[in-house]
Amino acid sequence: MPTKAMFLFLKQLVERPFTNPFPVKHAPKNVTALIDKVQRGEAEINPPVPVPEGFRGKLKYTPERCIGCRLCILVCPANAMEWIPELKKIRHYVSRCMFCALCVDVCPGKKFPGEEKAVKALRMSDEFLLADYNKYSDNLIEEPPEAKEMGV
Amino acid sequence: MPKTAYYIPIGPIHPALKEPIRVEAEVEGERIVRVDVKRGFAHRGIEYMGMKRNAIQTLYLSERICGICSISHPYAFVVTAEKALGIEAPPRAQYIRPIIAELERIHSHILWLGVIAHEMGFDSLLFWTWKGREKVLDLLELLTGNRINYSVYMIGGVRRDLKESHIKAIKDAITYYWKFTEQMKEIILSDPVYKARTRGVAQLSKEMALKLNVVGPVARAAGIRMDIRQDMPYDAYADIDVRAVVPQDIVGEAKGDAYDITMVRIYEIEQSLDIIEYCVDNLPEGKILAIPNYPALLAKIRRTKGEAIGAHEAPRGEVVHYLKFDGRDGPSVWKVIAPSYNNINSWAPLLLGAEVADIPIVVAYIDPCMCCNDRVALLKTPEGKVLGYEYIHKKAVEKTRKIEKEVRG
Repeated sequence: MPTKAMFLFLKQLVERPFTNPFPVKHAPKNVTALIDKVQRGEAEINPPVPVPEGFRGKLKYTPERCIGCRLCILVCPANAMEWIPELKKIRHYVSRCMFCALCVDVCPGKKFPGEEKAVKALRMSDEFLLADYNKYSDNLIEEPPEAKEMGV
Repeated sequence: MPKTAYYIPIGPIHPALKEPIRVEAEVEGERIVRVDVKRGFAHRGIEYMGMKRNAIQTLYLSERICGICSISHPYAFVVTAEKALGIEAPPRAQYIRPIIAELERIHSHILWLGVIAHEMGFDSLLFWTWKGREKVLDLLELLTGNRINYSVYMIGGVRRDLKESHIKAIKDAITYYWKFTEQMKEIILSDPVYKARTRGVAQLSKEMALKLNVVGPVARAAGIRMDIRQDMPYDAYADIDVRAVVPQDIVGEAKGDAYDITMVRIYEIEQSLDIIEYCVDNLPEGKILAIPNYPALLAKIRRTKGEAIGAHEAPRGEVVHYLKFDGRDGPSVWKVIAPSYNNINSWAPLLLGAEVADIPIVVAYIDPCMCCNDRVALLKTPEGKVLGYEYIHKKAVEKTRKIEKEVRG
């Protein structure tokens, strides 16, 4: 007995796929070759779906704007912030971050001379491709550049 | 040949289970003759962690109690904390909160409809319903910044305001879901296959439901008019006059089986759409946070002493939180009751006498959430005696001393 569901599912066969497209339609024989080609501009891949405005991605830190108030450490639920006493700045571990953006809300920021409003030292970016083999890789730690040179 | 009963243990780790729980069943042929449900494999001690952090950190920790409905526990937490601390959220925040909570109810109910279809072996229906769920997840991402774990509530308000573009997106989604629920009613409720597979399966009578103390859609499907939004209204729900969705209002009688619960969930999606529509149309102007400065909020919490019990109607039932503030910037006592704890009680009586093929439906029809339900861990001796905290602590200290001696030599 034909039911309504059957018609609906049959209709889906001729419709465009609902899912987001893969980077390429079929799995390539050689992935690295394809990546090289894309980098040289010879091949094209489907770009990732854009994120909406106000998306909470990877946290970005501008050390020059940081006044060392430690409010972000106070509110961070995941303890992803570390205080560097030598520099009076913070270090942020993205691998521990839970992307709640509380630190961004609470950050007072700093006003440089000639500016009207204080700009926050912390902000959420659109970056969401964060997979890495090492959770302490440079890509996943936000810190002042001096921290690395001084080894603190 | 004499009849033999077979013992089937399922879990805690099993391909059919998404979360750890153990069901021990004894079957004679296809019939289940004895059943035991054992839980407590997902206890993480979240309440204990929360009692060591400040209230803002604990609020975001509470979001991690449940894996799928990430706004029900924060909602109950903020309602309770505001009661205990004497803070009142501004009217605009009180209207934004139900919008997020009801959007979450829509996504959770559609997820359940897919899961029950999958457990029946009707996988095309699973993918079709989850296709419809994407829209509400995209909308939540637009409103809050993430598809799941919205991090949008705060004690005394919400953190994000609704803009004009957001309201337009919400209205588009409402139109889409009115159409989608109409289609779901046709495809799921009037489908003969679905009806044959769910009518009379997992049937819970009203008396049994009262006795087992089930909550949420499970209780409503059995014909009990209970809903926190109706019985103890909070925020904007007090203005809306929410009525519990029960099958006797829809078709005249409540049977309390898996078919009725499907119906209750689909009609609750429509109710949620009505609530969102009302909240969006009557959104008051004004600020969104009672105390916008977080350090000031923490200072107020440190000054205030008080305790309260608050509840929120989550997609799965009622979530109850108890909080006590006692001179610290976080709760000194935090207790959580999740709906799945009550609802899992219905498994054993429903499985008894059922067939093996009904197990997935009986297990899935309450939409269980193990990580919600495990709120305490008990240690027992082989004889069944529960070990006390002092005894376990003493043993732990003894073992540490022993290891210390071995390590130091």
